[in-house]
Amino acid sequence: MSNSRERILGRVRASLAPLKLRAAYPDFADNAATMTGLPFGDIKALFKERLHLIDGRAFDDVTALAAWLKAEGHTHGYCDPALWPQLQPAFGVEFKVETSFDRKRVDDYRFGITRAAGAIAETGTIILQDATTSTRLGALAPWVHVAVLTTEQILPDLATAVTKLGDDPNTIWCTGPSKTADVEGILIQGVHGPGVQIALFVPSLS
Amino acid sequence: MKHQPIDQYAEKIAEEKRAAVYGGSKAGYDSRKKALFNHYTAPDDLRRLAGALKQHAIENLDTYLPQVEAKLTANGARVHWAEDAHEACQQVLEIMRARNATKIVKAKTMVSEEIGLAPFLEKEGIECLETDLGEFIIQIAHDHPSHIVKPIIHKNRREIARLFEENGLGEYNDDPETITRRARQYLRHKYLAADVGITGANFVSAESGRLVVVTNEGNSRFSLAATKVHIALVGIEKIVPKDRDLAILLNLLARSGTGQQLTVYTEFISGPRRAGQPDGPEEMHVIFVDNNRTQVLASDCREILRCIRCGACLNVCPVYRQASGHAYRSVYPGPVGAVLSPLLAGSRFPELADLPKASSLCGACNEVCPVNIPIPDLLLRLRNRGKREKSAVAAAATPPLGSWALAATLPAAWKAGLAMGGLINAVPKPLLPQAARSWIEARGLPLWRGGQFRKWLKRRKK
Repeated sequence: MSNSRERILGRVRASLAPLKLRAAYPDFADNAATMTGLPFGDIKALFKERLHLIDGRAFDDVTALAAWLKAEGHTHGYCDPALWPQLQPAFGVEFKVETSFDRKRVDDYRFGITRAAGAIAETGTIILQDATTSTRLGALAPWVHVAVLTTEQILPDLATAVTKLGDDPNTIWCTGPSKTADVEGILIQGVHGPGVQIALFVPSLS
Repeated sequence: MKHQPIDQYAEKIAEEKRAAVYGGSKAGYDSRKKALFNHYTAPDDLRRLAGALKQHAIENLDTYLPQVEAKLTANGARVHWAEDAHEACQQVLEIMRARNATKIVKAKTMVSEEIGLAPFLEKEGIECLETDLGEFIIQIAHDHPSHIVKPIIHKNRREIARLFEENGLGEYNDDPETITRRARQYLRHKYLAADVGITGANFVSAESGRLVVVTNEGNSRFSLAATKVHIALVGIEKIVPKDRDLAILLNLLARSGTGQQLTVYTEFISGPRRAGQPDGPEEMHVIFVDNNRTQVLASDCREILRCIRCGACLNVCPVYRQASGHAYRSVYPGPVGAVLSPLLAGSRFPELADLPKASSLCGACNEVCPVNIPIPDLLLRLRNRGKREKSAVAAAATPPLGSWALAATLPAAWKAGLAMGGLINAVPKPLLPQAARSWIEARGLPLWRGGQFRKWLKRRKK
């Protein structure tokens, strides 16, 4: 195996050796590819607007979220045990919410509630990381994913977010619900991941 | 040979398939343009920047490859190096055997297509299931992808519905939403039962050792939430120097590929799951694959290694639109494939040396390329190489330029040819040289009126 390594790297060096001048690392601003003309003044309003454009939803209070879930018939779900005490008062007795995720019953959970690690206003993106996601499957397998966050967690743009990935081994940017256009180019939402992506804003996270 | 292989294929293509490919690629082109030009004031400058960035990266792979290896190792991943397709397949197999693993769920990776991973593993008794909806459909149809981003661009919903019916995935129903839900239901239990998740990588940051994987469906995410082992197959040209470079490349990739501002899921993976996280791989393997890439790096076509596999050049190419991806007889179709496929074929270059001729050199592929690859220039270099290496397929249907060259160097022969040129009007079409016959198949041949210029000039001089 290490022989292959040496041979490959040897060929790379040999291939590049004849180059008299190598292409330099280009000079560019971090935000060179940030969209032009977006109103970054009110970052929360911008995030909500961009999230809406990609068919995501935002809620500002837990009661409204619980009412929506109930109206849609999503009454059985999973919630991060660390979040549940804070959210529980808004959920009525008609809800069955589990605080551990059983992978043998993935289809039982209609919604999953976990914490977001952040958000990106420019793209309406919700950021998930291992450190803040109680279970990867719980945030992924249910039809509805609710990411809980505070306004302070919103980053302005993708260029900022990409420099703040930190040391978490698994960061996922979720930009709207899961989708495909493989069949005749027709857009269908909810392929393997959530068909509904929700951002729930809370005043603070315990 | 009457025509080049790609023309022969295009001639026989079913009208339904041609319409699907044409419509799909045109729609891809339109959405790309909208996303780039509505979002940026100078998208062309961005393309050039991204091109310079990737060119820098590939010209400094000798620095970045060891750097990324060290980072990944420090992050807890295991790094492997595969010289060719067989070694890469073998390494996957060894990782599987070490864990007594038998089931793989696989996200979309072009490298796995290139090395023939699924057929190899199936022979070894390992289940290797495609999870991208398009790739899954290709797999149950025993077909091949015909587009880098839209693998089933050549199939319509009725064919897919019949396939699902034949494979026990419900009664015939050609509603795309029903098709998608059935795949969702079937595949999620496959993820949960699988031992290993295989992905590719769109980019790898040398600075942080982060693999970036983009999908829209979430299949890669599911693979990496349900399984215990992650294997990533990565071409050695995928390295970028820094995390900040990803902002440029991700923005351009999504817009160029599907007309989105950003793909739905952008995963940054730098190692096995974090301690305390119940789901996801406890073991991560990264296999860096050469498979003739170092040969490309040494060639005068190294710019093609900048490619980020967005498929924009396919969508815009007049030849691709008429011929479809299968006409290219290789994993990478379209203009990028016409350059990359013969190069990656290594010693089998002559077998695919006709592909660089499947282009009118209109330059549209270069104009839409998010990393500004001068594809027409590279095609010309490869045409030259095909000629030098005396490839038979590359010579197919080439007009007899040798006799033309001879006549053009002998003034007497040239004059005699002009004097007798009028005879061509009298020659029955079937007796014309093959090159002329192909030319007039869909065009009229004007009447010969040659030889008048010299007479005219003589009169003028007097």
